[in-house]
Amino acid sequence: MNNKIENTLFQCRAINKEFGNVRANNDISINVRSSQIHALLGENGAGKSTLVKIIYGLLQPDSGSMTFLNEEYSPKSPKDARALGVGMVFQHFSLFEPLTAFENILVGLDKELGEKELHASVIMLSESYGLEVNLSSFIGDLSAGERQRVEIIRALIQKPKLLIMDEPTSVLTPFECESLFKTLKKLASEGTSILYISHKLKEIADLCDTASVLRKGAIVGEYDPKKMTPRELGEIMVGQSLFEPKRPVAANKSNKVLSVKINEVKPDTQFGVTLKNIDLAVYQSEILGIGGVAGNGQEELMQVLTGEKKDRNVSIKYMDNDIEMLNPRERREIGLAFAPEERLGHAAVGNLNLLENSLITDPKKRFQMKMGFIDFSELNEYTNEIIEKFNVKTTGVSALASSLSGGNLQKFVVGREIGQNPSLFIVNQPTWGVDALSAANIRQAIVDIANTGAAIILISQDLDEILEISNKVAFLTNGNLSIPTNTMDIKTDEIGAIMGGISD
Amino acid sequence: MDLSEINFAVLVASLIVASTPLVLAALGELIVEKSGVLNLGVEGMMIIGAVTGFIVGVETGSAYIGMMAAAMAGALLSLLFAFIILIMQANQVASGLALTIFGLGIAALMGHPYTGIKSPQISTISVPFISEIPVLGTMFFQHDLIVYLSLISVLVIWYFLNRMRTGLILRSVGEDHDVAHSLGYRVVTIRFLAITFGGAMAGVGGGYLSLVRVPQWTEGMTAGAGWIALALVVFSGWRPFRLLIGAYIFGGITILQLNLQAIGVNINIALLSMAPYLATILALVVISMSRFRGNRGAPGCLGRSFVKIT
Repeated sequence: MNNKIENTLFQCRAINKEFGNVRANNDISINVRSSQIHALLGENGAGKSTLVKIIYGLLQPDSGSMTFLNEEYSPKSPKDARALGVGMVFQHFSLFEPLTAFENILVGLDKELGEKELHASVIMLSESYGLEVNLSSFIGDLSAGERQRVEIIRALIQKPKLLIMDEPTSVLTPFECESLFKTLKKLASEGTSILYISHKLKEIADLCDTASVLRKGAIVGEYDPKKMTPRELGEIMVGQSLFEPKRPVAANKSNKVLSVKINEVKPDTQFGVTLKNIDLAVYQSEILGIGGVAGNGQEELMQVLTGEKKDRNVSIKYMDNDIEMLNPRERREIGLAFAPEERLGHAAVGNLNLLENSLITDPKKRFQMKMGFIDFSELNEYTNEIIEKFNVKTTGVSALASSLSGGNLQKFVVGREIGQNPSLFIVNQPTWGVDALSAANIRQAIVDIANTGAAIILISQDLDEILEISNKVAFLTNGNLSIPTNTMDIKTDEIGAIMGGISD
Repeated sequence: MDLSEINFAVLVASLIVASTPLVLAALGELIVEKSGVLNLGVEGMMIIGAVTGFIVGVETGSAYIGMMAAAMAGALLSLLFAFIILIMQANQVASGLALTIFGLGIAALMGHPYTGIKSPQISTISVPFISEIPVLGTMFFQHDLIVYLSLISVLVIWYFLNRMRTGLILRSVGEDHDVAHSLGYRVVTIRFLAITFGGAMAGVGGGYLSLVRVPQWTEGMTAGAGWIALALVVFSGWRPFRLLIGAYIFGGITILQLNLQAIGVNINIALLSMAPYLATILALVVISMSRFRGNRGAPGCLGRSFVKIT
């Protein structure tokens, strides 16, 4: 490793950091060379975020040293880090929603800059790196991709030598990812090193020159992602061999669980998508995968299926009963379960703890004793079971939902819904932001309930996930759903055309 | 009853005087709330300012020194609040209410020997030439220094919040303290400064009340002015100029109803006394519900304790 030391831009040696009695970083040493995209790979809770927060000056290490540009580097705050040439783009964007894009860029700068001068340099940056943004729009009105571009511009305007990107693709559409990668490659070719944090193996193979793998707070090693398969890299990351869930055995065509017919449903907001010509059916022990790029009607379809949005122009038949006018609670009572995409505030209440979150989504009144008292021992047992089975990293059942990381809360939500033993499970983006091993676990759990007779509707933007476990697939484009086809019959090159709306 | 007995120019001049304590206190609270802190102790800080200002004014014989003491007293009390909510991270609503109750109590105790004494005079400064314009001159240009200062503060605070980088930083701390922290801004320090400024402004407002507006000390003399100031901040949508208008409507109707009482209008006095409060609420509700999006004004972290993320 040390033979290229003259090339080294950033180095950290034996970094240690403890929180309470948890060792988040254990003797971590890495070496980032100039003009390279260096991946920091690890599962949720492996210590990636702690390490980059130390590099960016947000946290102070308990021990260890860092050098940057061959000089001692120990930032006391992000301001120090930025002044020396380290920039960072956060996973959960550090932008102020009620302020404009321009104000957000301004507030991230450390020195006063003339407005005209700043405007000019922002426009220059956005043109040369393909980072288009309307500077006068409020952040609250922008899409995830646009928000990220604002953050990247804010970081680049200070001309960093080292740019830290914390899971940048977790909120982007495939198209947005591609343009991000172009930007990053251009930056690297011009001499900026990038520390790229991710647990998505494929993009690391595409993008990165080196990968340092972290597991349980310690470095496992440094690898060349171009010379390894994503699977090999993934197995190093989780420290055990990865299994691939098998799709459920062939569906039982005689037992239709749900059929949905939608002629047209108009959206509630002006930015929503109109659902048109949707005709789908799902049978016992069958997984129907619904793919497509985000913003093509996934949210809207989910709302119609859960009953959050009721519409007379929709016909939903569940085991021979019309249920389109039932509300979500009534639907849950008859055996449906839902896991919407947005975990906090939609799938779980942030200010309630995990026990309470299990309780409020208990349609069958399983945890209720006589006279309305809560059966806490049963509830405890149920919640602990979810935590254990889905490997939810938390301090315990009385932790607030908002204190869990996104991936861990997702595991909890999916586990909680599956624990209801539903006859029909509708899930949107089940493994979004979840690390490889846990994602495989979640998929396996979905397949398991399908094998015991449940019907599943799996809405996901992760094409591999859909192709891996669904029996049938359909794609959403502009609110239209393609005709569901058997997964085995579909060819990968056809998918692009269907998703682009070219094929009928 | 003879409406011609009411001199319009004098009426406007006295409404400005009547509104100045509100303008000052509300401007201070505006800055505090923009930093993300809800300080319900405005009434308490005002009355502490009123009593301290009065005592120091009487003892030194100078209203200006009294006013400065009022500012310091208000700031000092707000520091207590800042310590409780920023360092001890107590609930802001409860702490603010306690501050008001504490302020009212201690002011009554301090002010007891001074009840019924006259305060030193504060001189008016007539702006050369323009103060001699008939009507307009009387209305706007024959006031004391504090009135001019209050108007200048409206301008300065607007400029600070909307045109200055430091103002932008203050706003961002109020909008999302976690993000501001992750950018490296010192949330607690910035809020400390904002709260102290708010306390000083409320103190001056109170001092103006006891030294100029009334001018003498009576127990509980703020009579809810602190609460009106708080309401003005919310209803103005956290905008300084609208806040000024709101304060002047309130002051205007207060003065008008006093004049109407004086000339013996045949309306129940209770109703007349109620009028300013009703009119302020009404006017400001209308402002806040029409096309302007109210939620763009409310700082995102208003009233939330800042706990450092790790």
